[in-house]
Amino acid sequence: MTAGEADSLTETHRAIEAVFRIERARLIAGLARITRNVDQAEELAQDALVAALAQWPETGVPDNPGAWLTAVAKRRAIDALRRGRMLGRKHAEIASDPANGPAAAADIEAALDDDLGDELLGLIFTACHPVLTPDARAALTLRLIGGLTTDEIARAFLSSEPTIAQRIVRAKKTIAKAGLAFAVPRGAELAARLPSVLEVLYLVFNEGYAATAGEDLIRPSLCAEAQRLGRILAGLMPEQPEVLGLLALMEIHASRLGARTGPDGALIPITEQDRTRWDHLLIRRGLDALARAEALGGDGPYVLQAALAACHARARRAGDTDWPRIAALYDRLRLAAPSPVVDLNRAIAHSMAFGPEAGLRLAGEIAGAGALRDYAPLPAARGDFLFRAGRLAEARAEFETAAALTRNEREKAFLLARAQACGDGS
Amino acid sequence: MRVMVFVKATKDSENGVPPTAELFEAMGAFNEELVKAGVMLAGAGLKRSAEGKRVAFDGPRRTVIDGPFAETRELVAGYWIWEVKDMDEAVAWVKRCPNPMFGPSEIEIRPFLETEDLVEMLGPDAREKLGMA
Repeated sequence: MTAGEADSLTETHRAIEAVFRIERARLIAGLARITRNVDQAEELAQDALVAALAQWPETGVPDNPGAWLTAVAKRRAIDALRRGRMLGRKHAEIASDPANGPAAAADIEAALDDDLGDELLGLIFTACHPVLTPDARAALTLRLIGGLTTDEIARAFLSSEPTIAQRIVRAKKTIAKAGLAFAVPRGAELAARLPSVLEVLYLVFNEGYAATAGEDLIRPSLCAEAQRLGRILAGLMPEQPEVLGLLALMEIHASRLGARTGPDGALIPITEQDRTRWDHLLIRRGLDALARAEALGGDGPYVLQAALAACHARARRAGDTDWPRIAALYDRLRLAAPSPVVDLNRAIAHSMAFGPEAGLRLAGEIAGAGALRDYAPLPAARGDFLFRAGRLAEARAEFETAAALTRNEREKAFLLARAQACGDGS
Repeated sequence: MRVMVFVKATKDSENGVPPTAELFEAMGAFNEELVKAGVMLAGAGLKRSAEGKRVAFDGPRRTVIDGPFAETRELVAGYWIWEVKDMDEAVAWVKRCPNPMFGPSEIEIRPFLETEDLVEMLGPDAREKLGMA
């Protein structure tokens, strides 16, 4: 082989692998529905890639490479299934059960004819099934749908490869044991299962969002991966407002990724970020997704959080922020998704919209209910309200309490500086 | 990575020859596939250059030039913005696009300049200006 031929072969291989990456998740999804076995589906998909690498350099990439890979892999799946069934007949009494005969073959035919998008959705819902822990769901989803390697997932979650490998093996076993059908749930069951899918996407996104500068680049790339999964889900389920809400929320948050840290790596609060550096394409995509969710009558937790993020995204300058609208959205969010942290953010929003006294009143309710004890952001917020109300001595005490509670050194320094700014409190 | 994908103009597109119903449908199906794969960020077709304008810069001078413009093959008739893993994936997607024109035509893929590229181009001082750690 000449060097030129070798180059063109490498190029062909790269082209084939790119096609395979595009098709891989759908391929595994279709195969898993036939075999009901994730491991086997992954292997069969890999076999199809090997077949393509052997054949395409000779024949050229087929016009519809996805269909080619699917056909090869499914033929092998059916062969494997037949071999398995023959083996089963030899061993067991089930051979005499007519249900394992022609009906099963018909099932395979039906699975072959299934809509591809539906199969991918079925795989997503299986990987995110509530029988699995959220961590296991995230690892399996990134592996099966995202195509990340075990090593990449481990680095992304600051974990070790054996831990993640074991998590994935266990998740696959749990799926097999539960006899999951790799199908998309319908009706009421869909509504019940969707939150566990969305939870995984948001978990992956937040893991990436929490990454700080200087860390392994795979971590921030989790945001992009979660956004991609969100876009796929929104493409496959365009009528689900919460899917669109989550997508909108992720797009809008991601639009600020380039503007949220200073040169020293410190986080810049949203009101002080350089808004020209926000990604306006993502903002527009987020606002579009939110508008579609709202047109569908969406008012679930993700739609409301996206609406909150949108209030900041719409304001050209921090001073233009529509705080009364943010306060009203928090009033609704605390009913849709009650949590003391939402209550605290609501108090802050009300203080911005209606003055520090309103914030103090709501913060008092949180403390009165005994929630968020030892949670630094609560006294920090109270300190801010008191400072703005001119009650400096009380503000100073709150900032000092908050500084004592936080374990983040940068935050501690910031809070002590604010305490200092209150003077001696007289 | 983000790429911009340009559908280049042809004589037909510059003459405003409308696409056939079949092409319109095939393009719609391709766009739907892009959306379902999570690749599509934005995209649109553009009117012919006869409806466009150029602003020429020369020092402080600004001169407005009305379309149409001559170098048909270099004109853009439509664009997409995609999010892909790498250029190989972008090429694989473009290959499965239906031929957007009647005769021979071209689609060009250009990766976005990312912040890291700017730092490399502008030197380490840019790092601070861009607020990078």
